[in-house]
Parts: sequence; structure tokens; C-alpha cells
Amino acid sequence: MNALVPLPVLLPLCATGISLTFGTRMQRFQRFISVAVLTAVLGLSITLMIAADRQGPLSVHLGDFAPPLGITLVADRLSGLMLTVSSAVTLCVLIYSLGQGMTDRDRETPLAVFHPAYLILVAGVSCTFLAGDLVNLFVSFEIMLVASFVLLTLGGTGPRMRAGSTYVIISLVSSMLFLIAIAMTYAALGTVNFAQLAEGLPKLSIGVQTLIQAMLITVFAIKAAVFPLAAWLPDSYPTAPAPVTAVFAGLLTKVGVYCMMRTETLLFPGNRIGDLLMAVALASMVIGILGAVAQTDLKRLLSFTLISHIGFMVFGIGLATRDAYGGAIVYVVHHITVQTTLFLVAGLIERRGGTTELTRLGGLAKAAPVLALLFFVPAMNLAGIPPLSGFIGKLGLMRAGVADGSTWAWVLVAGSVVTSLLTLYVVAKVWNLAFWRAAPPGQAETGTVLESGDDSDDDIDEGPDGLPGTGDERVAPAPATAGGPVAAKLREKAVTTTSRLPWPMTAATAATVVLALAFTVFAGPLAAYTDRSAVELLERTPYIEEVLGR
Amino acid sequence: MTVSASLLATAVVLCAVGGVLMLTRPLTRILLGAVILSNGVNLLILASTGAAGAAPLLYGVDLDLVTDPLPQAIALTAIVITLGTTAFLLSMAYRSHQITGTDEVHDDLEDRRIVLRAEVLGERAQLREAFRSGAEPTADERERYREERRRLRDRLRADRARQARGRDASGDLWNDVIGADPEDYERDGDAKADDRYPRDERGAAG
Repeated sequence: MNALVPLPVLLPLCATGISLTFGTRMQRFQRFISVAVLTAVLGLSITLMIAADRQGPLSVHLGDFAPPLGITLVADRLSGLMLTVSSAVTLCVLIYSLGQGMTDRDRETPLAVFHPAYLILVAGVSCTFLAGDLVNLFVSFEIMLVASFVLLTLGGTGPRMRAGSTYVIISLVSSMLFLIAIAMTYAALGTVNFAQLAEGLPKLSIGVQTLIQAMLITVFAIKAAVFPLAAWLPDSYPTAPAPVTAVFAGLLTKVGVYCMMRTETLLFPGNRIGDLLMAVALASMVIGILGAVAQTDLKRLLSFTLISHIGFMVFGIGLATRDAYGGAIVYVVHHITVQTTLFLVAGLIERRGGTTELTRLGGLAKAAPVLALLFFVPAMNLAGIPPLSGFIGKLGLMRAGVADGSTWAWVLVAGSVVTSLLTLYVVAKVWNLAFWRAAPPGQAETGTVLESGDDSDDDIDEGPDGLPGTGDERVAPAPATAGGPVAAKLREKAVTTTSRLPWPMTAATAATVVLALAFTVFAGPLAAYTDRSAVELLERTPYIEEVLGR
Repeated sequence: MTVSASLLATAVVLCAVGGVLMLTRPLTRILLGAVILSNGVNLLILASTGAAGAAPLLYGVDLDLVTDPLPQAIALTAIVITLGTTAFLLSMAYRSHQITGTDEVHDDLEDRRIVLRAEVLGERAQLREAFRSGAEPTADERERYREERRRLRDRLRADRARQARGRDASGDLWNDVIGADPEDYERDGDAKADDRYPRDERGAAG
């Protein structure tokens, strides 16, 4: 069973090679490879999750070098769960992007570069969840980041270069900080392996411990977009193509949260900076959601809700009790799916309504009832309306806060209630403006159906002539038979829309909605599992013993 | 553990220089900053080769003759990764230059919007005060007041459109390092001429 641990990283990497080799010639084969590999990774992740739950942590020393030298990969309950959810979400997003036709028919992306980059991103994310030492964590961050640079600037249009430059520079700075933290840790203890660090760190002086902790937390907070370090996020995410934004919003920030959980529990169990974490959690929640209130563009608005809801998870990490970690893990899992879904829906709205600017949208509830349903359910889930999983996560966190009983905990509980209400306000605003009110004048024109009526709708099996659709330069599917002038005319329109959404896009979005609903239906088993994960995280010994082979 | 002071001092200087360069606007300078900073950090990693125990790979060798190889492996990894990122950044700078004529990193949209909004609101408040404090306004005055308000609104819109095109860099290094300078907006508002090369144009103006 232990031999399965590296596979979620190795499979996508191998598939990347195959994909790059055959990518330009055999695009259908490339798509097949991506879907097949991500399905396999999903299966593997579920297997690992179940095995880690039954037998305790699984670990592999690559090349059979013992800890201080070799690379260690570890799968415990938390990593198993994160792997499963992330691979489910990435598979859905991949299918969505196939539906959008951005993958290989984008005239601004001459090479079929989307699939390899996406697979590397998946490999990086999996590697982060499995990493058993700081250097491997750094490398997997970089794998993930390099892939995300490519995806974010796909096509190299002006706005994307602008957004991408901020993102790349911030990532570079955080990588450098991470390296400095690694250097300091190594200078202090002579190892970077988590299990050995966990044993060695308590012997250091408090000052050195706190320094290392602060450096690591800063790096992960930049990744997770916790408030004072989140300014880069709302400016860089919204310009990317919808599926890319969705997978970034869902996974990349949660990777930071996961690393915070891992290091806080395993390396620094004393919870010395709990109060600081709670303060930044409060700031993230409140300021993030106030930012969302001020926005009129759907994608930017969603980016701000993302920052805001990271606060809930940091709240759980700050409390650092068993219930708090349980609640935080439920919240992470819930938020990965819900935030991804909402960005996918934003992509659908853009395709249907021609824009994501709320002031120009309207009447979508009548024009696209399925789309309205697909937005409404995750939106209510984000706001935490009772039966849904957002409510379960928030309730768990608030209960942990009340049980903790300190002043900060009570302030945070109040803050999270306010944030939830404001989130409800924000999504209700979106609902009212984009879906509920009558279509504004001029909408009829921008919403014109430009599809030609014949075979242009089944997007997947079309020849290379089909037209692309990414981000801002979207063009409606043109008739394959149409001559040059018509196609040229269609291309000239900056944004046009189609009335029929490609079914894979809708289906993939629906799948993520259903996944989020499944967390509600199976809330009992999920909560039990996250509770066991929290116990395992706080206990520490199973992890250390498994890695060090005792 | 003991650390070579010169190694550490070099690392600190490189990090400082790199940090300052990364605070500037042009992507090429940021690129140079990243290269220098990463070299500083790599030196720091090498400096962390301290009391890490026995030399693990060369068993039976006199310990005075070998250093710990792990930090060197880490530094090597970091060098390779920085190489890749730098190449990407370089291509981004080139692409940015192709598109906008400069390779500068533009202001955060939100910052600019907030600054501009505050300015416009301030001007409007002044205008309203001047309008209300006088005697009963004539139709002509009312028309002028409306005209003025329309102008303010247009300014907001024009700026939003310019932001959307992503052309905003003043060309003055200090302005660019410190942040958005309100003067830039005013000069921009009037500039109808070819703003494909805002840097040259405003460099000449200022």
C-alpha cells in the first residue's frame, strides 16, 4: 500500500511528458490522457484516504535513503482527504475546460500547452499534500507555481500580462522567504524532515523557534492570501480564463492553509501565536467581505469572498483545539468545492451574458434557469444557509470558539457571524442584479444568439476550425461551413454570447455542485473523518513514528 | 556552529540589493533583483552548513575535510528553480514590452480606483459647497454646475477605461517606487495624444 503514495505525483508528471510529445498532432489523444490520468489520480487518492484512515499514516522514503538525507512522502488522514477533494475538483474543472474549448483551439495559444501545464499543476498540488520535508514542500510549491504562471498568462494578452506580473513577483518573493526559512531551520537543526524537526524543535530556544515559526507562517499566509498579505489576489485571479481561476481559487490558496495546519500542529504544537492568527483571521474575514461588498464585477467579488473565507480556516488553526481543527478541515473541504463551483458558474455567466460586470447583467433567471440554479445552490452554500455544508463547517468552528471561551474566541465568533451575514448580502446582491431583475436595455443585443444553428454546438469533437473561447476575447462558435468574411466579422466582436452552453461545461459545474451537496448529505461520516484527522494531527506520534520507522 | 562572516555579509548585501531592485517598476529591474536576491539566499543556505553531524555520504572520510552536502543540494535545486522562473519573467517582460511599449508593472487597480474616487468626491464636495453657499442659482449657474459634475463623472469613466487598457506608468522612478501619485492622473486626463508610449511622453513633460 505504501508504494501507492508517490503515484498521485508521478502519474500526472509522466502524463505531461506524453502530452507534450503528442500534443500538437493528436489533440484528442491529449485530452484522453488528461482525463484518464486525473481519473486514475482520483481513484488513487480515495484508496490512499481509506488506507490512511484504517492503518494510520503511510510513508515512503524515495530511493530508500533514511530521513535526514532522503525525500519522504507521507499520506495521513488529512493529506488523503485533501488529495481526494482536490483531484475530484481538478477532474471536474478539466472537463469544464474541455467543454469551453479553450484547451487547444485558442488562436492565441499556438501550442496545445494547456493540458501539460494543468497536469503539472495537479502534480504540484498532490506533491504539496504528500511532502514530508520542508525542501520537498518548497519544490512542490515551485512546481505548482510554474504551472500556474503559464496558466495565468495563457495567450499573453495585455490584461493577463499585467495581472501575471504581480502574481509572478509575489510568488518569487514568497519563494525566497521560504528558502530563507529553510536555511534557518537547517542551520538550527541540521535536518528539514518534518518528523525530525518535530522532535528537535522543542530543544531550541524559544526565540529561534518563534523566528522559524513566523517565517513559515508568513510564507504560507502569502500563499493562502490571509488579509494583510492578500492584496495580490483580487488583482491577478479575475483576468485568467474561467477554469484556471476556478482551480486557482479552489486549490492554490487551500494549499497554503493545509501547510499552515501541518506545520502548526506537527512542528509548533504549543500554539504560541494563536492570538496573532486569530487577529489576522478576523481582519481577513471582515475586510475581505467588505471588499466584496464594494465590487461590481462578479469575478473580483468572488475573489474577495475567497480572501474573507480563508479567515474561517485560519480561525480554526488559531484556536488549535481538536474541535477547531475538525471544523477547519470540514471548512477547507467545503470551500474548495464551493469556491471552484462559483468561479465555474462565473465563467458560464460570462459565456451566456457576455460579461461578468453585474451592472450590465440581468434577467438571467428567466433566460437561463439551469444556470440560475447552478449559481443559487453554491451561493447559499457559501453564505452558510443551514442544511448546507458551509453551515456545518461554520457551526463546527463557532462551537469550538465558544468552547474555548477566551475573549478573542468570542470576538472571532461574533466576527464570523457578521461575515456570514455579509456574505449572504453579497450573494443576494449578485442574485438580484444578475438573475432576478429584468434584463437591462441593451441586454437583448449583447445576448444575441450568434450560434449558426448547425453543428457548431457539440464542442468537443469539432475539427481544429472551431473557434476558441477564453477569458476576454471570447468568440461565438462560427459555422464550420461559413466563409472567411463571416468568421472574420464574428472574430471582430469583442464579446459575444451563445444561448446554448456546451453540455460538458454545465455538467462539470453540476458535478461540483453535487459534490458540495454530498458533503451535506454525508455530513456525519465527513465530520467523523475530520475529527479523526484532527485527533491524528494533534497527537503527532503516529506521524513521527511512521516516518522515522519506529 | 560557526559561520563564515564574509559569506554571511555577502549574502546580506546581495539580499538587500535584490530587495531594493525588486521594489522598482520595470520588470527587467525586478528580474535583476530576483537574480541577485536568489544568489544571496543561496549563499545563506550554504552558510547554514554548520554543525549538522557526520558527513553522510562519504563514510570513513576525515570529517575536517568534507562539508555537509545537503545544503548544496538544496541550493542547487533553488538555482535551477530560479533559472526557470527568471526565464519566464524575462519572457513576460518582453511580451509586456511588445504589448504596451513599456515593461513596467502597473498599479493595483483597486488602489488607483480608491485614490481617484477620493479625489473626485473631494472635488464634488467643494463644488457643491460653492454652489450652495451663493445666492439663489440662476438657470445658467445650475447648468454650469451640472456640466462640472458631468466632467467629473467622465473623468472617472475615462480612468476606468485607461485602467482597462493597463497603461499607467509615470516614468518617474520615485513616483513609481512609492506608488500612485495623484498628479499622474491629472496629466493623464488631458493627454489625448498618442498614449501608447506614456513613459516617453510624460518623461518629456516632467
